Amino acid sequence: MSNIGTSGDPQRDPRRGTRDDDFRTPLKRARALGSGKGGTDHWWWQRVTAVVLAVLTAWLVGLLVSMVGADLAQARAAIARPWNAILLAALVIAMFWHAKLGLQVVIEDYVHERLAEILLKLLVIFACAAGALASLYAIARIAVLAPIA
Amino acid sequence: MATRERPLSPHLQVYRWQITMTMSILHRATGVILVAGAFALAWWLLALAAGGEAYADAAECLASPLGQLFLFGFTLSLVYHLLNGIRHLLWDAGWGFEIPEFYASGWAVAGLTVVFTLLIWLVASASGQPGAGA
Repeated sequence: MSNIGTSGDPQRDPRRGTRDDDFRTPLKRARALGSGKGGTDHWWWQRVTAVVLAVLTAWLVGLLVSMVGADLAQARAAIARPWNAILLAALVIAMFWHAKLGLQVVIEDYVHERLAEILLKLLVIFACAAGALASLYAIARIAVLAPIA
Repeated sequence: MATRERPLSPHLQVYRWQITMTMSILHRATGVILVAGAFALAWWLLALAAGGEAYADAAECLASPLGQLFLFGFTLSLVYHLLNGIRHLLWDAGWGFEIPEFYASGWAVAGLTVVFTLLIWLVASASGQPGAGA
């Protein structure tokens, strides 16, 4: 127990309240103070997106290889086919999510300046969200524009 | 009391080379390369949606020597990251934790990466100009 409350900040010592009118339980005061934070969320969603991508990237490689030499109309028609559009939308969501999770860890490992770390992590979130949204927009537009063969 | 330097863990350079260390850093390196590939895919999809000159420019860009080099590097990184990712998932499931198994799976991933990458480009070349969608 010697580790608890060593920060010297009585507000963050879960063992006791600092005021007589603090009726929160010790558990309530301890929550969200530890290093757990997100718990296993980062690890878990990295695996969930990895499993999705393991299946869908193999499918995408097959689709793209089959599209070699296709002209604009043929390429659009291939992407516009219902299951291709749906699976491709699922792929870009999983892909940019997985990219965000991976880049975040790289930044946390190598960038030791706090401000640069936060700015880079913001940039990664914004860029990956933009990449996913742009891809979904393009897929939707292709699916609407291309005549169904 | 005399101040002493805090003890440091041994530096990376003192370790004998093992395939596991190379596989590990390559997984991260290819992951970062694949981010560029992810944005290239988004860019290509936008060009495909826009059509006309935008698509012609994108197709020309991908068909250029630099574009083909990028696509090849992307294919190589994708196959490696995918195969080594499956290796990671199997570890997560508790499989392959014996030292000889680490080495065997590492070499298997390295070999299969080359095989699959060449196979993809062979099939792509056979079915037209090399380069997906270009």
